[in-house]
Amino acid sequence: MNQPPIYTQHHPRWYRKRVSTYWWTKQWSYLKFTLRELTSLSVAYFVVIILLQVAALSQGPGAYASFQAWLKTPIAIVLNVIALLFVLFHTITWFNLAPQATPVRVRGKRLPDWMVAAPNYVAWVAISAVVVWLIVRK
Amino acid sequence: MPEKITLKVARYRPEHETEPTFDSFEVPLRDDWVVLDALNYIKDRVDGSLSYRWSCRMGVCGSCGMMVNGEPKLTCATFLSHYKPGPVRVEPLRYFPVVRDLVIEMTDFMAKLKSVKPWIMREDEKPLSEGEYLQTPEELDDYKQFSMCINCMLCYAACPVYGLDEHFIGPAALALAQRYNKDSRDQGSAERLDILSQHEGIWGCTFVGECTKVCPKNVDPAGAIQQYKLTATKEWFKDFLMPWRAR
Repeated sequence: MNQPPIYTQHHPRWYRKRVSTYWWTKQWSYLKFTLRELTSLSVAYFVVIILLQVAALSQGPGAYASFQAWLKTPIAIVLNVIALLFVLFHTITWFNLAPQATPVRVRGKRLPDWMVAAPNYVAWVAISAVVVWLIVRK
Repeated sequence: MPEKITLKVARYRPEHETEPTFDSFEVPLRDDWVVLDALNYIKDRVDGSLSYRWSCRMGVCGSCGMMVNGEPKLTCATFLSHYKPGPVRVEPLRYFPVVRDLVIEMTDFMAKLKSVKPWIMREDEKPLSEGEYLQTPEELDDYKQFSMCINCMLCYAACPVYGLDEHFIGPAALALAQRYNKDSRDQGSAERLDILSQHEGIWGCTFVGECTKVCPKNVDPAGAIQQYKLTATKEWFKDFLMPWRAR
């Protein structure tokens, strides 16, 4: 502590810390955010799958059957399960953030958060039920 | 023997060091003591050279924001006993340049606050004789939450976007802009739109949401920014569909 000052006196020298490339691993909330952003890849994956499925369908029964067979391979099932988990995470976090982004006011009073989030969940369950019915009906 | 707790305090003395180090101090652990009390104890009794900012010690002035065990906190509202048995790590607010010990440089924040024009703008100022601009309780309620900000900068220390891009206007300044946009007396929202609707403005925000979690005044800057994204998108569509429309 006895060395002379190494900069001009009365002239502050600020310490600036660089943000680490791995900043998103340092805090659980940051990691959760990064995972949420990554879920968009899963959404894109499902879009591509559906487009491929439609393309196969347009090429006739043979092409569609071989696409269906690919969907039944273990690798496709694992990919789909992972993508589905990410998409669920995406949906739930998105719905939970909805009240913050779109506060609804009724007669001057802000509705409680759950009243904004709940219709999203209800619509989600209802639409999913219709889709399930369309797929499994004989 | 009264209970004690160890404080690990970040020190940066630019005349002697090129980067911060930590000093450990033992302080009495009293139930009614906050982290700021412990810092004051150190400065009064142990090491008078410790530098930090504080003023009101009651959560109003917004001066004593620091990182406590890695989280942005008002040290006047953060009880020592919460961190039992210790140690408690006290560091300067993250993402800001450090001037000395726990003192950060805030010129950038002050400039950003001003850049969003946080004042009531009128197209037509009515004469004094006509009296004040009246407001209903509902109209007040519309922006009141965003007006509670004390400029403590905890939200900046929580925001990785600000950490990675110093040009980002940041949570508090954007929430403050929304405070004026939502004020029924204000007519400056069109003027503010061009400033807020830049990449460094609302679109820089990726909705990490940490700013809202650390805010000691429940201002919800993340909410303010997302709500404004919706407004800006609507304005963009209106301009796109009706190019002749004058804002």
